[in-house]
Amino acid sequence: MSDLQVVALSKVFGGLRATDDVSFSIEAGTVNSIIGPNGAGKTTLLNLITGIYEPSSGDVRLGGKSLIGKPTHVRVGMGLGRTFQTPQICHNMSAIENVMLGSHLQLDSRLAPAALRRRSIVSADKQCRARAAELMNYVGLGRYLEESPGAMPYGALKRLEIARALAGSPKLILLDEPAAGLGAPEKAELSQLISKLSESGVTTVLVEHDMKLVMSVSKHIVVLNYGKKLAEGTPDVVRDNPEVIAAYLGRAA
Amino acid sequence: MTNMNEAVAPAQSAPIATPPALKLKADSLRRLGPVVALGLAIALVPLIAGSAYHMHMAVMIGIHAVIAISLNLLVGYAGQISLGHAGFMAIGAYGTAILSARYGWPPLLGLGVSSIAAGLLAFAVGRPILRLKGYYLAMATLGLGMIIYLVISNEVWLTGGPDGMSLSVLTVFGIELDSAGKWYWIVGAILLLTYWMARNLVDAPIGRALRALEGPDALAASAGIDISWNKVRIFAVSAALTALMGGVGALYSGFITPKSADFMQSIELILMVILGGMGSVFGAVVGAGIVTMLPQVLTSLEHYESLVYGVILILVMVFMPKGLVPTTAHLIRKFRR
Repeated sequence: MSDLQVVALSKVFGGLRATDDVSFSIEAGTVNSIIGPNGAGKTTLLNLITGIYEPSSGDVRLGGKSLIGKPTHVRVGMGLGRTFQTPQICHNMSAIENVMLGSHLQLDSRLAPAALRRRSIVSADKQCRARAAELMNYVGLGRYLEESPGAMPYGALKRLEIARALAGSPKLILLDEPAAGLGAPEKAELSQLISKLSESGVTTVLVEHDMKLVMSVSKHIVVLNYGKKLAEGTPDVVRDNPEVIAAYLGRAA
Repeated sequence: MTNMNEAVAPAQSAPIATPPALKLKADSLRRLGPVVALGLAIALVPLIAGSAYHMHMAVMIGIHAVIAISLNLLVGYAGQISLGHAGFMAIGAYGTAILSARYGWPPLLGLGVSSIAAGLLAFAVGRPILRLKGYYLAMATLGLGMIIYLVISNEVWLTGGPDGMSLSVLTVFGIELDSAGKWYWIVGAILLLTYWMARNLVDAPIGRALRALEGPDALAASAGIDISWNKVRIFAVSAALTALMGGVGALYSGFITPKSADFMQSIELILMVILGGMGSVFGAVVGAGIVTMLPQVLTSLEHYESLVYGVILILVMVFMPKGLVPTTAHLIRKFRR
């Protein structure tokens, strides 16, 4: 069963076709990667899927439902989770509160019952906190629960974002360069975490430059170049594709 | 970079297991402690107040504190500046005065209706202007406040223009509210209730969502937060509460002029929030107290009043950039360790 479908998707900025008639589909519960040289249109594609940009034409479907025209927060409610290239963390709250923030749509956010401290709100929030603590343990941040994000290392913040995305119980999680800025031991931990994610049934899509990570965790890879889809397939197929090699290393006569 | 902290980071070592019952008590103490303390402070002020003038100051502080709490929800928590809140105060004050004095409405009904009207105005105007950020939002809210000020100053037939308007003494359940001593308890009760509700709000899921609005939009949206809706509704709530206290202030003083709606009043309200501490409910109360009292305390300096006032503000901002209450709380925590 396919979870995410990208259908003939294009985005034109002035004269530039940043995304040019891209189609692919991603199978539920698997780890997938979108790769390509700098400027290939990976970030544009991600922004189209998450709703930061609206496409010029084409469609993006999650679990069969079109995401086009819906604001980001609605897409999140439909099961889309994401992390950012540089961690986007609220520094005015603790680590665990950042994770709890990800459960926003599952909680009652009306003003009046909150101001009157209705029991239902308090108890739901307590459960939310317990679940956030579990998620932090799951991503390996159990010792940072009440820590202020400013005091946490960069690698921990990247995992904190993953925990926040998971708090929204997503069907699909988009990880934007999760390995960027990480050292070798942290990358190994990340690789394990990504495998754990797909085992738990979450569909994972990585946008990543680190080929070692991409090749080791992905089941399916989509290669972009100049906004177009250049190739897709299993790591072995993509690795041996002459056009992919040419795009990365320059075309040999 | 922060990477080097990795080795020394585990500040959160294995916590000592606390019995659940004890933990619950500590939790409610942390939550209710400040509310009880504020209640005691409100109860004690009349005992130490030496004169009617002191009681007058206490009422003014109470009114400002409620407004500062509501403004702090918008500015300190949600990170959205408003330089037009004096305008909402004036809508509450003039709405109450006009509806009761000119149209013969019961004053409390006028007060309620004008507060709701201010909330609705904020709701309508908020949609377009809360898309703006930083300086642009400051300019837009400033403009909103100025428009309200100009309407009040110029529509003499309705508002009395620069001459102002009088309100008759409010009578509730047969009691004539004709002194600061009587008003004190009403304002004190509103303050305590507002304080409790604001604390509850910021502790709830919606409180986290508001704090997330301060950060980048992409972050809040990716957590599933409807940015525009949440900004607009907290703006509306803040405006309605501010108008309510503007109306209470008008009923208390019995006389209002357009001066209460001018730009300086908006600045003072923002000052209360910043000085007391952005994102601190208690800070808003402290800020309201200081900004309301300081000019009175400094009057003995005569010509140098404004100068000293300015210098104090600069010093606080330089040495306590997060505001009095958060900085003090931070120092106490540091000292305890």
